[in-house]
Amino acid sequence: MGSINLVGVSKSFGDVLVIPSVDLEVNEGEFVVFVGPSGSGKSTLLRLIAGLEEVSKGRIEFNGQDMTNLAPAKRGLAMVFQSYALYPHMSVRENIGFPLKMAGMPKSEIAAKVQEAAKILNLSEYLERKPRQLSGGQRQRVAIGRAIVRQPKAFLFDEPLSNLDAALRINMRLEIMELHQQLKTTMIYVTHDQVEAMTMADKIVVLDHGNIEQVGSPLELYRAPDNLFVAGFIGAPKMNFLTGGEASRYNATTIGVRPEHVQISTSSGLWTGKVGVSEHLGSDTFLHVNVEGQQSPLTVRADGEVQLNYGDTVYLSPEEDKVHKFDNDGKAIR
Amino acid sequence: MKSNRVLLSILGWVIGFIIFFPILWMVMASLKTEIEAVATPPSFFFTPTLENYFVVQSRSDYLNYAWNSIVISVFATLLAILIAVPASYSFAFRPTKRTQFKLVWILSTKMMPPVGVLIPMYLFYKNMGLLDTHLGLILIYTLINLPIVIWVLYTYFKDIPQEILEAAQMECDGLLNIFLYILLPLSKSAIFSTSLLSIVLIWNESFWSLNLTAFEAAPLTTFISSYSSPEGLFWAKLSAASTLAILPIMFLGWVTQKQMVKGLTLGAVK
Repeated sequence: MGSINLVGVSKSFGDVLVIPSVDLEVNEGEFVVFVGPSGSGKSTLLRLIAGLEEVSKGRIEFNGQDMTNLAPAKRGLAMVFQSYALYPHMSVRENIGFPLKMAGMPKSEIAAKVQEAAKILNLSEYLERKPRQLSGGQRQRVAIGRAIVRQPKAFLFDEPLSNLDAALRINMRLEIMELHQQLKTTMIYVTHDQVEAMTMADKIVVLDHGNIEQVGSPLELYRAPDNLFVAGFIGAPKMNFLTGGEASRYNATTIGVRPEHVQISTSSGLWTGKVGVSEHLGSDTFLHVNVEGQQSPLTVRADGEVQLNYGDTVYLSPEEDKVHKFDNDGKAIR
Repeated sequence: MKSNRVLLSILGWVIGFIIFFPILWMVMASLKTEIEAVATPPSFFFTPTLENYFVVQSRSDYLNYAWNSIVISVFATLLAILIAVPASYSFAFRPTKRTQFKLVWILSTKMMPPVGVLIPMYLFYKNMGLLDTHLGLILIYTLINLPIVIWVLYTYFKDIPQEILEAAQMECDGLLNIFLYILLPLSKSAIFSTSLLSIVLIWNESFWSLNLTAFEAAPLTTFISSYSSPEGLFWAKLSAASTLAILPIMFLGWVTQKQMVKGLTLGAVK
């Protein structure tokens, strides 16, 4: 169990500054998700915590103790990699038991722990197989097994589900959440997928260009994004942004309104537009409406059974209390 | 499709035969008398005799040379591997801005004609008392083969996913453990085939062995060349000596051919 504290952590590769300066608190037992587009520095930040990259400036503390310059193996953290990083020459049993063997644990104890982990992860039948004889999901479970047997102070996940197909991804997502409930161990999870972030996290850290844009619970970020970047990144489909006259009506440079907060009507409304393409999901329909004076079409969530055709004229009105206002610098006006 | 296959295999056999022909010719010549061996047109049908082999064995001590070849090629290879593994490791897994340059520079030393440094090397060896010693040849062969050994191992290490080593870094303390439990088991076949390659290269090298040894540490290449001497060219005996010289390495190559092919095509087919 442990809390992790980053104090003014920065990282440069040569002359390139990847992470300018990050301060972050991860509390004990928390499930924290680092999310951001590729190149946002989220993986680098995780690797700094793991010790796989050297910190250029600043401090990383673990339960208040400085561990900035500690070797990765001595930090007591377990990491699960995107490519699973299983040892190809070892069986599943040896893979899971390897960290324990390295820790000098007696053989009988290792065997018991491996058995236990295999049971939790449904791997008992596969213990003698080599990684190449396993499916992607099974490999990922072995990687997780290798992490949990160590009883680490914290788990680090680096995009662990990116190599899995969609159905399996949702399954594994639930399994990891379940694991967190059982173990109550601190977990830091890196992903580019905001849906993963929203569904799994206690706390989301949104990163862009190595800067923390906002830290908060999924609903906090959804309800009150601090800036345009977070507003556009969190939520699916994306928030609609309007500029120009529509925005100045709200005394803002840009206003944002989520697709689910726009009322659609065929008779009257604030904005007039023509229906473009529509996406029918069954439960909902997402309409792309071209509004006069706006460059990109607005996405609107409508009822799944809505009967509107390409080119129909519709009227849109935002829910007034759900309109997000942003100033010239893209900061939220509250 | 089928006729293509037949054609390909015929072509394969022809190429194989062309490559094998000099060896066949040499073995044939070694079984002829000196007069038959230089006859024009060459005779394909003759009464084979082992006389040359007896002469060669009685005139020079074959086992001495063979032993020298074994000692030199094995120890020089071991030494080269010992140096090359950590070197390749750092090139592959801890690259810097200058890594590519260093790798090319290392290889570029192979492009220098050895005769260019013969005089300084000879004098150096003479002053250091390394002439005609095992140590002397082991040292120079280690250095000569190091670039190739480093390159082959480097190419192999490059293919090992970085994440596997990072996972190991998270789980075991110290480079030695990572090396023993992860890197070595993963690359043992590469190290083995690289060693074979190195042994073959050293076995066949003649420039330095001719110039730096006489008898005490002289390997089989020196033994062969002693049959092409000022007293005249003894074609049949030269062939017998050559056959004897390549026998051990041919045997090694035959036993390990699978490994060898695997090593030479590392990275090429993946």
